[in-house]
Amino acid sequence: MRRSVLFMPGNNAGMLLNADFLGADGIILDLEDAVSPAEKDAARILVRNAIRSLDYCNSEVIVRVNSLDTPYWKADLAAIVPLRPAMLLTPKINSAADVLAFDEAIAAVEQASGIPVGAVRLMPLIETALGLENAYAVASACKRVAAVLLGAEDLTADLNCKRTKGGNEIFYARGRIVSACRAAGVDCYDTPFTDVNDAEGIVADAAFARSLGFSGKAAISPRHVTAINEAFSPTEAEIRHAVEVLETIREAKAAGKGVVSLHGKMIDAPVVARAERVIADAKQLGVL
Amino acid sequence: MPNKVLASVDAAVREAGLRDGMTVSFHHHLRNGDHVLNMVMEAIAKAGLRDIHVNASSLFDTHAPLIDHIRAGVVTELSCGYMAGRLATAVSEGVLEKPVTFRTHGGRPASLQTGDAHIDVAFIAAPTADTMGNCTGKTGPSACGSLGYAFADAMYADKVVVITDNLVPYPLPDYSIDETHVDYVVKVDSIGDPAGIVSGTTRITRDPVGLVMADYAVKVMDAAGLVKDGMSFQTGAGGASLAAAAYLKTLMQKRNVHGSFGLGGITGYLVDMLHDGCFESLLDVQCFDLKAVESIRTNPLHREISAMQYASPASKSAAVDSLDVVILGATEIDTSFNVNVHTDSNGYIIGGSGGHSDTAAGAKLSMILAPLTRARLSIVVDRVRCVSTPGSTIDVLVTQRGIAVNPGKPELKQRLLDAHLPVMEIEALKDAAQKLTGKPRPARSGERVVANVLYRDGTPIDTIRVAKQSR
Repeated sequence: MRRSVLFMPGNNAGMLLNADFLGADGIILDLEDAVSPAEKDAARILVRNAIRSLDYCNSEVIVRVNSLDTPYWKADLAAIVPLRPAMLLTPKINSAADVLAFDEAIAAVEQASGIPVGAVRLMPLIETALGLENAYAVASACKRVAAVLLGAEDLTADLNCKRTKGGNEIFYARGRIVSACRAAGVDCYDTPFTDVNDAEGIVADAAFARSLGFSGKAAISPRHVTAINEAFSPTEAEIRHAVEVLETIREAKAAGKGVVSLHGKMIDAPVVARAERVIADAKQLGVL
Repeated sequence: MPNKVLASVDAAVREAGLRDGMTVSFHHHLRNGDHVLNMVMEAIAKAGLRDIHVNASSLFDTHAPLIDHIRAGVVTELSCGYMAGRLATAVSEGVLEKPVTFRTHGGRPASLQTGDAHIDVAFIAAPTADTMGNCTGKTGPSACGSLGYAFADAMYADKVVVITDNLVPYPLPDYSIDETHVDYVVKVDSIGDPAGIVSGTTRITRDPVGLVMADYAVKVMDAAGLVKDGMSFQTGAGGASLAAAAYLKTLMQKRNVHGSFGLGGITGYLVDMLHDGCFESLLDVQCFDLKAVESIRTNPLHREISAMQYASPASKSAAVDSLDVVILGATEIDTSFNVNVHTDSNGYIIGGSGGHSDTAAGAKLSMILAPLTRARLSIVVDRVRCVSTPGSTIDVLVTQRGIAVNPGKPELKQRLLDAHLPVMEIEALKDAAQKLTGKPRPARSGERVVANVLYRDGTPIDTIRVAKQSR
């Protein structure tokens, strides 16, 4: 289960050393915004060596490479793809064509380094108005796309609006991303909550993201990881209810009943599907 | 009516009858802001005395002038519970011919109670004192809160000199040490620098690795079944330890758990926990910050205790014996769970047991909190350079990478496994660390012993040998 994805600066050896002990389901080793142009090559080498020599067994490894409009992205792919990270987070994706440009370049490196084409998945970062309007096309551009991340900081700049803690300005973007990703059958990740010191704010923001249907949420601080993991894990009450639903269905089938209800509410196919999802998540998290 | 007030420290040295070869003592409540030890030793040197044994509860960087007194033959022996800074470096490199005697914070008063150690003259820095020597640390310009480490000195030294910069008329009503023990009182301009005495605030770490360890620490306490009504708790003032206190408070409040007492060196975080109903009382041998000083002055449930009551194995009972959980640090820990808090990896003295061994021995659950690697070295080693605290008294090692349980505690291990905590063998933790760091060649030491480390019962537990000058 991938609930939290945590950004780690690619030029900080101490952070990279401990990156997968911080509770995040995924760690995003960042070669883009966290790294100044003068340090791009050093960070690339550091991240490459970290993946090569550290046994990141607790978190899925995602690397944020530089965008297509920079001189760095090809060198990023050449250094990182052969190490077969789970995913690349590709910034400033505006269209399906952008995704396909990455897809093609990644495939070339995969072939050259003898790993199966498609092994390294993609998480396009949508952070422009154009990207947002093309969200479904991006999410369904190719098989390599596994998830989409919303980047609200750049997006709000592009939308010419102020980024606020309440987040009214990104309500449309959040809904649009969730809908596009669900339609395309890929995971969707909410933008990070940016106030690292607001412990209550992250809890509320993560709960809201979950209520909209996101699969998980990105974090820029390790201190937000627990709140995100909790928000995107099934609660004890949800698990109890799911168990009840599935038991009721089983009993009804055994008794040959067509229509069943639990606590006065009809159990239909979507209710069963949701219960099965909750049970699967709970099992994966080891709480059931 | 006796006149105890003397005009100067020089007069006190004279009147107390100090002679060559005698032992003088000091407490460390003024920490790195202390002026009194240096002031007294200067007077002793000026009086032409030699071969003096300094027995202090702890020695800090500010006490570096002792190095010159050692070189001049004024001081020839040191005993303490903790030693840091330039003096510790000089001792490590062999400035002192006789080995230093390290005792624990409980072992030091025990040695006075049993007569194993003797103090001829105790010089007690007192932030407020009256003319008969009733004194306290709770008030005055150099307030430090508790005077816990000074009680045994006052009770067992042959002569007791109280040195204060805030002399008040007799009687001082809220005293800690009373006049029945005190021979002389000296008023000086300043006993210490408040900035060095207590920190203004102690802060929770922002280091994510420290926070992960703190989170595990509280989960270990919970899995051990100790987060319940009546629990008692001690932690240090380090960032990760404070974070553990903060997480514990959150859990206690969530579950409506009301503990019994918080113990030890007290920080503002434990004061907050008392205030918020997590504990019935605080037992305070030493205040770490201004909030603790303010609390011990104003809140009767925040109780000053002596080092004898805190941790002495020679007392009929001590608070550590009633302690449930203690969180401790380590410079290194070996695969037998022995802990070193005396030396760094180069063999230099950088601290001492303090209350480490005492609380580890007394607490139901003693937990070491340490990052798996520090300064490119593994925290887990095959054999610690110096055994400060025996592994038989350490229950759990918590690192960011995993949690190791002492093999002598199989039930505890099972409880942690049942709670889905990342339990690993301590050897596996060592291997994981050394995979990153490699296995460094141990720094060489010389043959000469520069310090004897005594366990809390006074028996020798290890020695520290002269460091090769690698700095």
